[in-house]
Amino acid sequence: MAFTNENLAVAQEILARYPKPKSAILPLAHLAQDQDGYLTQDAMREIAELVGVTPAEVLGTTSFYTMFKRDPVGRLVVSVCTNVTCLVLGGPEVLEHLERRYAGDTEVTIEEVECLAACGNAPAMQVNYEFHESLTPEGAAEIVDAYKRGELTARGVSGGQVGGGA
Amino acid sequence: MSDAPQKVTVTIDGREVQAEQGELLIKVAQDNGTFVPRFCWHERMKPVGMCRMCLVEVDGVRGLPPACTTTVTDGMVVSTQSETVKKAQDGVLEFLLINHPLDCPVCDRGGECPLQDQTLAFGPAESRYVEEKRHYEKPIPISDLVLLDRERCIQCSRCTRFADDIAGDPLIDFGERGGQMQVITYPDDPFVSYFSGNTVQVCPVGALTAKPYRFKARPWDLASVETTCQTCSVGCRGSVESSSNRIVRMLGVDVEPTNHGWLCDKGRFGVEALHAEDRIRTPMVRRDGELVECSWPEALDAAAAGIQRALDLHGPGGVALIGGSRGTNEDAYAWARLAKGVIGTDHVDAQLGDGLPAELVLGLPGATIPDLDRAAAIVLLAPDLKEELPVLYLRVRRAAVDLGVPLVDVSALDHGLSRYASATVRHLPGEQQSAAREVAAALAPLTEGRSGPIVVVLGRPDVATAADATVAAAGVLADLPEARFLMALRRGNVRGALEVGLAPGVLPGRVSLESGAERFTAAWGRVPAARGLDATGILGAAAEGRVGALVLVGADVTDDFPDRHLARAGVRGAGFVVAVDANRTEAVAAADVVLPAALWGEKSGTTTNLEGRVQRVARKVSPDGSPMPDWRIAGELALRLGTDFDLEDETELQDEIAAVAPGFAEVDAILLRRARDGVVLPLADHRDELVLEARRIPVTDFSWEPIAPAEPEVEAAEASDPDAAPEAIDASDEPRPAQVPAAGLPDAATITWTGAEARPTPGRDNYALRLVAGRRLYDAGRTVSASPSLAGLVPETALRVHPQEISRIGVADGDPVRITTSRGTQTLALTGDTTVPLGVAVMAFNLGGVGVGDLVDATSVVTDLRVETVR
Amino acid sequence: MSNATETRIITKRLRDRTEDSWTLAGFTASGGYDALRKALAMEPAAIGAEQVAAAGLRGRGGAGFPTGTKWSFLPEGNYPRYLVVNGDEGEPSTFKDRMLVERDPHQLLEGIAIASYAIGCNKAFIYLRGEFALGYERLEAARRDAMAAGFLGDNILGSGFDLDVVIHRGAGAYICGEETALLSSLEGDRGQPRIRPPFPAVAGLYAKPTVVNNVETLATLPHIVAMGGEEYAKLGVNRSTGTRIFSVSGHVNRPGNYEVELGMTFRDLIFSPELAGGIRDGRSVKFFIPGGASSQWLTGSDEHLDAPLDMDYVQQTFGVMLGSGAVMVYDDTTNPALVAWRLAKFFAHESCGKCTPCREGTGWIEKILYRISHGEGRPQDLDLLLDVGDNISPGLNAPFSQTTICPLGPSSVSAVVSLQNYFRDEVIAMCRATA
Ligand SMILES: Cc1cc2nc3c(=O)[nH]c(=O)nc-3n(C[C@H](O)[C@H](O)[C@H](O)COP(=O)(O)O)c2cc1C
Ligand code: SF4
Ligand code: FES
Repeated sequence: MAFTNENLAVAQEILARYPKPKSAILPLAHLAQDQDGYLTQDAMREIAELVGVTPAEVLGTTSFYTMFKRDPVGRLVVSVCTNVTCLVLGGPEVLEHLERRYAGDTEVTIEEVECLAACGNAPAMQVNYEFHESLTPEGAAEIVDAYKRGELTARGVSGGQVGGGA
Repeated sequence: MSDAPQKVTVTIDGREVQAEQGELLIKVAQDNGTFVPRFCWHERMKPVGMCRMCLVEVDGVRGLPPACTTTVTDGMVVSTQSETVKKAQDGVLEFLLINHPLDCPVCDRGGECPLQDQTLAFGPAESRYVEEKRHYEKPIPISDLVLLDRERCIQCSRCTRFADDIAGDPLIDFGERGGQMQVITYPDDPFVSYFSGNTVQVCPVGALTAKPYRFKARPWDLASVETTCQTCSVGCRGSVESSSNRIVRMLGVDVEPTNHGWLCDKGRFGVEALHAEDRIRTPMVRRDGELVECSWPEALDAAAAGIQRALDLHGPGGVALIGGSRGTNEDAYAWARLAKGVIGTDHVDAQLGDGLPAELVLGLPGATIPDLDRAAAIVLLAPDLKEELPVLYLRVRRAAVDLGVPLVDVSALDHGLSRYASATVRHLPGEQQSAAREVAAALAPLTEGRSGPIVVVLGRPDVATAADATVAAAGVLADLPEARFLMALRRGNVRGALEVGLAPGVLPGRVSLESGAERFTAAWGRVPAARGLDATGILGAAAEGRVGALVLVGADVTDDFPDRHLARAGVRGAGFVVAVDANRTEAVAAADVVLPAALWGEKSGTTTNLEGRVQRVARKVSPDGSPMPDWRIAGELALRLGTDFDLEDETELQDEIAAVAPGFAEVDAILLRRARDGVVLPLADHRDELVLEARRIPVTDFSWEPIAPAEPEVEAAEASDPDAAPEAIDASDEPRPAQVPAAGLPDAATITWTGAEARPTPGRDNYALRLVAGRRLYDAGRTVSASPSLAGLVPETALRVHPQEISRIGVADGDPVRITTSRGTQTLALTGDTTVPLGVAVMAFNLGGVGVGDLVDATSVVTDLRVETVR
Repeated sequence: MSNATETRIITKRLRDRTEDSWTLAGFTASGGYDALRKALAMEPAAIGAEQVAAAGLRGRGGAGFPTGTKWSFLPEGNYPRYLVVNGDEGEPSTFKDRMLVERDPHQLLEGIAIASYAIGCNKAFIYLRGEFALGYERLEAARRDAMAAGFLGDNILGSGFDLDVVIHRGAGAYICGEETALLSSLEGDRGQPRIRPPFPAVAGLYAKPTVVNNVETLATLPHIVAMGGEEYAKLGVNRSTGTRIFSVSGHVNRPGNYEVELGMTFRDLIFSPELAGGIRDGRSVKFFIPGGASSQWLTGSDEHLDAPLDMDYVQQTFGVMLGSGAVMVYDDTTNPALVAWRLAKFFAHESCGKCTPCREGTGWIEKILYRISHGEGRPQDLDLLLDVGDNISPGLNAPFSQTTICPLGPSSVSAVVSLQNYFRDEVIAMCRATA
């Protein structure tokens, strides 16, 4: 299945923003991924049609970007940074702990990512692109569990950091 | 703004050279004898500077700019050889190799691979890279014709750029990024492109291989010769390569006027047809109702006797000849002379009821292919060029997309070029004339401020509509200011056949029967008394028993003539049939005498493309068995009918044509041998395009580089100073020893077309669907069906109509219906297609089985279908 | 003991109004959009030539190119032209733009409106890093509110000037921070850098004249207009005028973003109790990376710590850059080879793949550094690294010479050169120990 009727209307609105339709590939791919959880082949075909390119070009473009998943992922995508600040402040340990703990859990997909621009409170991770910072391995797992239980939902948790840990 | 590019002086490795401001450094260096190594840069594609192999040093520029993206400026000082440059280039090579498999011994590119060559030169036998290389599943098919080995790919993007920028088929792209970056297709969406073979040719390594060629030969076993493709009438230059007397590969050669180095896949891979199983290797005669093999003299005697009998019974008008558009000019001329000058019949037609009258083709002011680049606008009233004349499609596309030439599309349906049109005039099938009347208004806003000719690409859009509609439209378009015509005729040498008189009403060299009568009577001894019939007329007369002998020269009438009913009736009704052919067609099976003909690749001579450009074709292999070139067969028949042509080889024919045919004046064997890009007829109008000296190109003979045309054969004594600039020689200044002066032959005026009577297009009644029958590149014709690699690519026959028509008729999509025309009733399935206009039905011609040929009545102006549900 | 402090100009509001700095109400209550009104009363050309150039403003995205000069490259008479805002912030350990977007989005929009007016652009694009979900939400809300209030859209504040702003989310590719890759990405292509020339100012987005500016650069504009360019130029040092936000991270007591006047020393920034507050557990600085992952490193030596935050000084003296304003500090327990490897892994992962030396070289460097940092190195490996690096960045000097299309490839060599400069013996000893 490709876009729902509502999302097709959103897609038209997105297309109208750009002087050239091909520019809409990324926003449309985000829209499709938000809808289906990952970027399905049907969606890429439909995007190709909407912007007037071949499906190969849509795949060529989208496969360049790490945020687009081409296979199904868990309901919760947990992105753990291990780049150089998180590296020395415990990021790899958080990653390892989560990977072990959620191995085989189809609801949770753990991935290692590059610097998330949260180094002021390293180590950091995102759950469905929601920031969580100053983590410990156990603390990170508690956060993921809270999402699993529905106590946390993605949106507006962190306010971005200022100096001094404020 | 001045048009003349500014000249600049650049110093390359201490040597001063001249160039034009803005030219790419890599090209300037190459044109002046310095080969800067490269992988991604290709002369015919926009530079991308990706591979970084061409790094050089430029005084005053920090770092190492790539020569392929650096434009020259006056006073630039460049080093391509310094230590720094060498180190950087070696570094790039090492980077390319760390993940490249070392499988040269089994790689198709082995022996002609720049990576391999440069690595040999580079040195360190031992790799500093000790890690595991990237691994991918070994070659994966990305289409029916091309395989991709991702491990060998060096990510130069030549293939993806070709597909997107040149072919307009962006079905391959890069996927992933960084070290994982690789060429991809969309899953279940293969790289289906008529031009896919070019990606194999431009790939600098063995990442892309052509299925037909894989493992067939090693480059060092190949012998190659430059030639001209005759699959269609674009006349692409190519290099044909053989190993052990088998043609194994055809590569494109880069010439400016025609193909820029590209070939379509039919031309490239259709060479397989040469070695088809069903080739006729021995002459045959019919004995007791059976075709049996015999000797050449037996067969020729039988053929001549049959013709003589017809002559005796009916006079010259009792003999007819159809075909001759697939051979060389020399072949066609020999047939024309046999028919018109020996037998005396004018019932001669090289076109199979799908072309345009010879007077129109020869008599309208002609355009050349390069005229497309500099046209004020292009008007397209032609068949789908992508399907019928693929490389011309590339050229028109380039003009529209890259050069900004406005394109006016006059058509009944969407086709390959429609999306590039600046203006579109749609018409009902058969109503081209009224559409043509709208062209001037469509052009006006587009050509404002533009100079140059209006190039009209003119052809019959489909075979279900008679020539009349196109002829009438041509009359209108000829009145456009500075209109020049490119004739979109399809068969390999159809233009050459018309030029040498293989059509009713004309004689060789663009003269009419009347104006040339005196001249050709002097040259040949006789000419036909009156204008004869075209192919439709001949088949009709034959069906009525009025043709005593029918000679079919490579003319597969039952499949290739739009009206199968008439074709069969004609062949059946002819008193005696001689088939000169290479393959076992239905007409061959019905013939009384079968004379096996040599094919392209097995004979040399010249061919004339749709511009009227005469170029050479080369012999590369000898046929198995005893096929002969057509001109020899015609000569043997002439001898048996009392005339000795007395011609030893094709060059003597060339000289004879130059001598007797006014349109070929001065175009003799010597000139043809020397003209690098061929000769556009008539020479007098195109003298300044003649190139008798090749550019000096220091490129190595890598097949992955644009292959430069061979040096013309310039006699040693004439060979000029190698440093001299390319020059266009005025051919009239040259000594012309072989020129047989036309002295003694009376003058003949060449044809100018001033319009013709055309039958009006009848109206369509509301219950009928009007048929449009264009061709597909891969059809059931002989080239495709005899080429194993292509044979599987022929699409299914489908009768496409607008979905509203399907519901109107009251059936479901895909349901069979009964279709009735004057040719009878057929049961066919309807397929819905929203791109088809209401009132129209679309079906491609000759895809095998029941089809267009069973619906069309060649004698009517249009083909209207009556559709009924099956009860 | 240093007691250097922040000079809050662009971070003032978000510091002062922690509850509503990102709302239109909070923004206008603290003087927001006043500078836009002031700018709209000026001649457009004067803003670039007189205010921005006089302020000495240099780009905050990494390259430090003078903003007024960049604007002046736009060819006359060629419209439409575009402003593209670089909010892709992916340089490891840089986290200032995210803060500016999440906590003061209207300030950015005001800067965009001023810049657009100044250069004659009616359609601006903000390329926002895809992972910044909250930032996108806040920026999009701010854009809508500003439109409704007449600060964006048609006939802004009755001036006759129209501006449409489109927020475009990236999707996870560091290279899209590079301005030409960003433009490719914005056009729906793979985010690969383009060959220059032509430069974006001449043929950028959709082949039209385009200015690409960083979020912080644009966020500074309202303040330059408010203060006057000459006044702004009084802040800072030499050709490094004004303030910049430094993202300090790693083994410091108070990691975070600090907006300080340029000219302050690294020691002040790292040790002042008002700023990063010194090294954890009383340890010492072993090395620090002064300008984001692409820069070469500095050490805890006095010479390095006492260097001023002056773009040209550090460049000319030590061959390092202030880059994106990220300062990563590592204490004496840190294995420099491990940090170098992780950076190499980053660059290999983020290489776009377009050009050979980077596509192949970054991966190779990563593999060599992996074995060095994981106890499998060979003594000759450091020299191999240097030679491989030299084939990406000939001469191994900063500013980079490059065999690549863009600076990403050469950036991957910075860590290697830093190991060679400061930790050669340590690295070779590590390799010997395992050999
Ligand atoms: C690999 C690479 C990544 C970059 N990433 C960013 C980035 O995330 N944000 C940014 O503003 N500039 C980045 N830049 C710099 C931009 O190319 C460009 O110089 C900058 O956006 C211009 O804005 P400014 O003049 O306001 O600094 C990057 C450059 C390179 C080579
Ligand atoms: S240096 Fe790296 S990131 Fe930059 S163009 Fe080359 S491959 Fe792409
Ligand atoms: S040929 Fe110049 S970079 Fe590839």
